[in-house]
Amino acid sequence: MQRIGVFVCHCGSNIAGTVDVKRVVEAIRTEPGVIHAEDYPYMCSEAGQQLIAKAIEEHKLTGIVVCSCSPRMHEATFRKAAANAGINSFMVEIANIREHCSWIHKDVEEGTEKAVILARAAIAKLNLDTPLQPGESRVVKRALVIGGGIAGIQSALDIADAGYEVDIVEKTPSIGGRMSQLDKTFPTLDCSACILTPKMVEAAAHEKINIYTYSEVEKVSGFVGDFKVDIRKKARYVDSTKCTGCGLCQEKCPSKKAPSEFNRGLNTRSAIYTPFAQAIPNVPVIDTENCLKFKTGKCGICQKICAAGAVDYEQQDEIITREYGAIVVATGFDTIKLDKYDEYAYSQSKDVVTSLELERIMNAAGPTKGHLERLSDGKAPKNIVFIQCVGSRCSDGRGKSYCSKICCMYTAKHAMLIRDKYPDTNVTVFYIDVRTPGKNFDEFYRRAVEDYHVNYVKGQVGKVMPQPDGSLLVQGVDLIDNKQIKMNADMVVLATAIEPDPSVRNIATMLTASIDTNNFLTESHAKLRPVESPTAGVFLSGVCQGPKDIPETVAQAGAAAVKAIGLLAKDKLTTNPCTAQADILLCNGCSTCANVCPYGAISYENIQINDHGIREERRVAVVNNALCQGCGACTVACPSGAMDLQGFSNRQILAEVDAICR
Amino acid sequence: MHANNQAEKIKEISGVNPYKCMKCGKCSASCPSYNEMDIKPHQFVSYVINDDVEALVESKSLWKCLSCFACVERCPRNVEPGKLVDAARQLVVRQRGMDYLQADEIPELLDSELPQQLLVSAFRKYKR
Repeated sequence: MQRIGVFVCHCGSNIAGTVDVKRVVEAIRTEPGVIHAEDYPYMCSEAGQQLIAKAIEEHKLTGIVVCSCSPRMHEATFRKAAANAGINSFMVEIANIREHCSWIHKDVEEGTEKAVILARAAIAKLNLDTPLQPGESRVVKRALVIGGGIAGIQSALDIADAGYEVDIVEKTPSIGGRMSQLDKTFPTLDCSACILTPKMVEAAAHEKINIYTYSEVEKVSGFVGDFKVDIRKKARYVDSTKCTGCGLCQEKCPSKKAPSEFNRGLNTRSAIYTPFAQAIPNVPVIDTENCLKFKTGKCGICQKICAAGAVDYEQQDEIITREYGAIVVATGFDTIKLDKYDEYAYSQSKDVVTSLELERIMNAAGPTKGHLERLSDGKAPKNIVFIQCVGSRCSDGRGKSYCSKICCMYTAKHAMLIRDKYPDTNVTVFYIDVRTPGKNFDEFYRRAVEDYHVNYVKGQVGKVMPQPDGSLLVQGVDLIDNKQIKMNADMVVLATAIEPDPSVRNIATMLTASIDTNNFLTESHAKLRPVESPTAGVFLSGVCQGPKDIPETVAQAGAAAVKAIGLLAKDKLTTNPCTAQADILLCNGCSTCANVCPYGAISYENIQINDHGIREERRVAVVNNALCQGCGACTVACPSGAMDLQGFSNRQILAEVDAICR
Repeated sequence: MHANNQAEKIKEISGVNPYKCMKCGKCSASCPSYNEMDIKPHQFVSYVINDDVEALVESKSLWKCLSCFACVERCPRNVEPGKLVDAARQLVVRQRGMDYLQADEIPELLDSELPQQLLVSAFRKYKR
């Protein structure tokens, strides 16, 4: 039999305002097991905790019930107080008589009655509580960063600077990500490569950072502190240890018709290639789909001319298995496909481009060497129309319901740069709203209007019609003047919505990290845990969590790194003892529990069982206590009642229900 | 009929929720009859929100809309203002009790070049 103490908190007037606390104390005094009951204005205060400790000692209590606020607030406080007073911290039950009772009732009678019932249920549960001991699990002192863009690079640098080893896995042949494709960055207009390349070099040179480019995460097992990850290192067909990066192979390669991914398909590259000049590592890869040697067996020029003997057509994919304590996801974004937006004539005209394509056109290393020209005929455009929100803020199923956040600013940037470099070019921007929250952001946009005379038109474009003379007829509306506009343009730029990189779905599945309907990774708490996935040990960095610009990405990357460092700094992790257990005599190995387990914590073993003298081998469920989060899904799914949750056993739940219904 | 009821009627007939509108103007940007209209397609939405149905039923826009449904097709928020125009027309047509064109007149008017949609629209529209 337990010796139970019940402590009822007033929480100032928060509880006492609608619950007659004294009456609760008197009502539960006679409950089975209750030895002692009292009330106090603030049970969580130092004095309140001392009062509990004193009662535990004086009445030789074996467990306590605290009738107070939500266990999310102070369960940890009271568990600690109980442990300090010498009883097991899992012999503490909280009856939530604030959020679940006093705050939602107006009538004292009703509030008091409900508080008594909730207290009774907690007492009934405590009567069946057993002391539990938290377990321990190890922490591997190494982090994995998935994605080598600015988010991944920043997270890796911050973790490595704290002294921990970091591996970056990047699926393309070079780190750098989307930022390496940008020409200038808002609102300061500094060159993107100039600020990114030093970071790339720093990451590559860091003794604690190991970069796997042209590699993908293939399999993830394990749990927080102890992940095991298979990384597929795709065959480059070039030996990184021998290649000197001289570039001769790319020059001599006869197959030069492959669309350049880096330049968004606006020009072509050779079959053996590095994506861009500052690529890290500066080691080319062979694209076997376009390589003549792989397609026809004839050629082999690159191998013949390579002075270092680095080209190796026999190279195979390699699987590397590594262990990690923490994983940072930084998979970034891409622009959406425009096949549902025929009205903008993107597929009909080369002179209708996305903003990311314009970045490449404006960039000195791009397909036009930085000259602003029409891709159809190479002429300089005199009239350029920018269209905002292409695919953003669309709830009609064609696009994305969210605001892509970065478009207003990069469009102002593009408009301003064009007006600055080509002052005789007319620039018109069709917008729905101009959204420029951020330091020096609105000033930046106003500069485009006031100093550079960019023509901002409040309204949308209905259609873009390619004309026989090669120009584009743009039909839009000016909602302020209430006029429909028809204007000729030489170039149309679409501020295309961004979406998470498609690879994130697969990665989220492997990590059992949740994603939302737009494929953005979900954070553990929208406000208070914004860089942590609900899956322990997984952290979120950059646009994979939601649209954001470079400064926000860098800030979030740092925050994700700090959370990862906080985890890696621990020698052991305490595991929650309230985990599921299978009763091997009841389990029939049906797999129902494993199918509903969101954490992949349940596996099966064949074991010898002596069931009332009958010896046989049976397949039974085994719960990995480090993975189990104690959600209880298995306990309700189990058809034979073999699954039970420690600290929340089926008997305890029913005892609570009985107490409530009494 | 009370003005408020009229607005409710338009919403009911059209199935349109005008509050979904984010005032982007895509409808008016797409409209081929824009210059003919006194009340523009995007304004139909706010007229319904503001219960100003009287102005709508008096508007010549009702009879200038081609029912091409470009605004319905392109509206990024699924507001579909063309349906509001259509519903306002219905209000007028129903009050006057009958269609201008008679069904048995159709075979005579029928021209193989004529889109069928136009006939349907004509049924509803040329009642003035």
